[in-house]
Amino acid sequence: MTEAIPVRAMSRRRRQRRRGGSHVVAHIVLGVGGLIMAFPFIWQIIMSLSTTAEVQSVPPTLWPAELQWDNYVRVFERLPFLDQLQTSVLITVIRTVAQILFCTLAGYAFARMRFRGRAILLALVLSILMVPSQVYLLSQYQIVQGLGLLDSLGGLVLPGLFSAFGTYLMRTAFLAMPVELEEAARLDGANPFTIFWRIMLPLAKPTISVLAITTALWSWNELLWPLVVTTFSEHMPLSAGLATLIGDRTTDFPLVMAASLLAMAPILILFILLQRRVINGLASSGLK
Amino acid sequence: MTTDARRTVPPASSLRGGAGRGRAAAPSGPDDLDPTRPTGSDSPRSDKRRRGDGFWPWLFVAPLVLGVVVFYLWPIVQTAWISLTETGPFGGSTFSGIVNYLTLFADPQLYLSLVNTIIYTLIVLLGVPISVYLASLLNLPGLRFASLYRVLFFLPYVAMPTAVAMVWRIIFNGDYGMLNYLLSLVGIQGPYWISTPGFSIVAVAIVGLWSSLGFSLIVLSAGLKNIPPELYEAADLDGASRWRQFRSITVPLLSPTIFFVTIVTVISSFQLFDLLYAILGSSNPVLPRSMSLVYFFYREGFVNNDKGFAAAIAMVIFLIIGLVTVLQFRFQRKWVKGD
Repeated sequence: MTEAIPVRAMSRRRRQRRRGGSHVVAHIVLGVGGLIMAFPFIWQIIMSLSTTAEVQSVPPTLWPAELQWDNYVRVFERLPFLDQLQTSVLITVIRTVAQILFCTLAGYAFARMRFRGRAILLALVLSILMVPSQVYLLSQYQIVQGLGLLDSLGGLVLPGLFSAFGTYLMRTAFLAMPVELEEAARLDGANPFTIFWRIMLPLAKPTISVLAITTALWSWNELLWPLVVTTFSEHMPLSAGLATLIGDRTTDFPLVMAASLLAMAPILILFILLQRRVINGLASSGLK
Repeated sequence: MTTDARRTVPPASSLRGGAGRGRAAAPSGPDDLDPTRPTGSDSPRSDKRRRGDGFWPWLFVAPLVLGVVVFYLWPIVQTAWISLTETGPFGGSTFSGIVNYLTLFADPQLYLSLVNTIIYTLIVLLGVPISVYLASLLNLPGLRFASLYRVLFFLPYVAMPTAVAMVWRIIFNGDYGMLNYLLSLVGIQGPYWISTPGFSIVAVAIVGLWSSLGFSLIVLSAGLKNIPPELYEAADLDGASRWRQFRSITVPLLSPTIFFVTIVTVISSFQLFDLLYAILGSSNPVLPRSMSLVYFFYREGFVNNDKGFAAAIAMVIFLIIGLVTVLQFRFQRKWVKGD
């Protein structure tokens, strides 16, 4: 701090600039930290373009002698990558659409409609948020097994179509909306579905996008459920498919690195494109 | 994070659920508290509204409520029941009372897994003070590249755990890993991280810390935005140092958010599975000594196929998480200010 300057005499902007002067320390700390956060990704890209010998060399080769783009081609030849990619995309899209549909409908009814048993139903739905997922996993497995849906898209997708968190999120959003719009539409003779679809749903778009992003993220990355309901690697989504590579093909590191990067790419690109919305959405939903 | 959820989001959701449940326990929603609103179905004033809503609410909630009852609520009851049965060699099950629980509490694997889970949680919790400090830097007025830093720190949180685990496996490799190479530069002979019991859970926890830091950072910096800047200006005028401001303004006013982040971190750490599975692998010889509670549950239920025993583990995890949450809320009163 520059004690010599009488602080009171400084304008707000000058004081800010003075604070800005010591931002050097902040930039050093945040810069080094950011580099540590990004390093595994950078290292993964480098190794995905190396040979196996280069990956295993001591000291580590910081840059491959020749870029092995071929590793990316081999991902599609050696692994059921396209099958797994397709499964991941389908699971994510189906779950996201279903959750938006079911959670907005229920969230709206719980926020704005009156019916008997509403409080009890809502309490029941929200109570599952307190329970760790292992508690229902075994029995969900038995249900899916009973329906003959093991190793199928139906089995992979099923429990994740419904979300108590999504319902809570949407209910909170609808609770905050002005009642006047609905009343006006009701006087005009609109039925509840029209009111919901034409008036309330468009207003809820920002929260719906938070729900969509969190559902997609969770669905794309989920490991335990796919691991439990699928046995054959061609039926698995990418998250579980990658995990099966640990044992047998560990020697082909560049291939595994390339496959991992390709598996993460869609969600990382989506995140970078929508980062402001994702970060603000998660931050605010965490604080409400 | 459910894990997965991940982690992502599911972990955080449990806590938000906590808040939600509280709400639901009260006569749900502020609109219900309106004393002028008629509540009886025979009230003439409610007629118009009721006729308006009619069967519609049921149509709206039916798909979700049915799904939640069939796939979540019923399974919770079912698991409690399964934990009291024994799976026969041909898949049938018979009632066995608390035998599974007695076997479980006599099994040293339970305590090993619990200790590993606690070690993991404690290391990941180091991320909370780190992210408080980083968040206070990120929120400095007029800081350039703030959104770039935010993205960098958040990237590991959105990345697929099984995919990032692959590169960490190589970084931790005892012979040619980057970490041991860096340690050797300062004269330290690094261990075989992944295949040495004790070190393996530390290795996984370092990755856990790396991947969860972003979430805490984002939530904390959103919390910081709610602190009025006038407080800092006044402190500046009084000549308070940056450190003094951090201690006397930032930390106390941020304590509810710090508390939130701590709970979310603990709940999600107790559900450690994805990273451990992906980093150690399913055939690692040190696995029995490096397992987490959820991995123990997974192995018994789906590898060894002992559903009753696994259900008992699930119930124990449920109880532990519940207990830890209650304790934290108790503890909260001691240090959270202005909640």
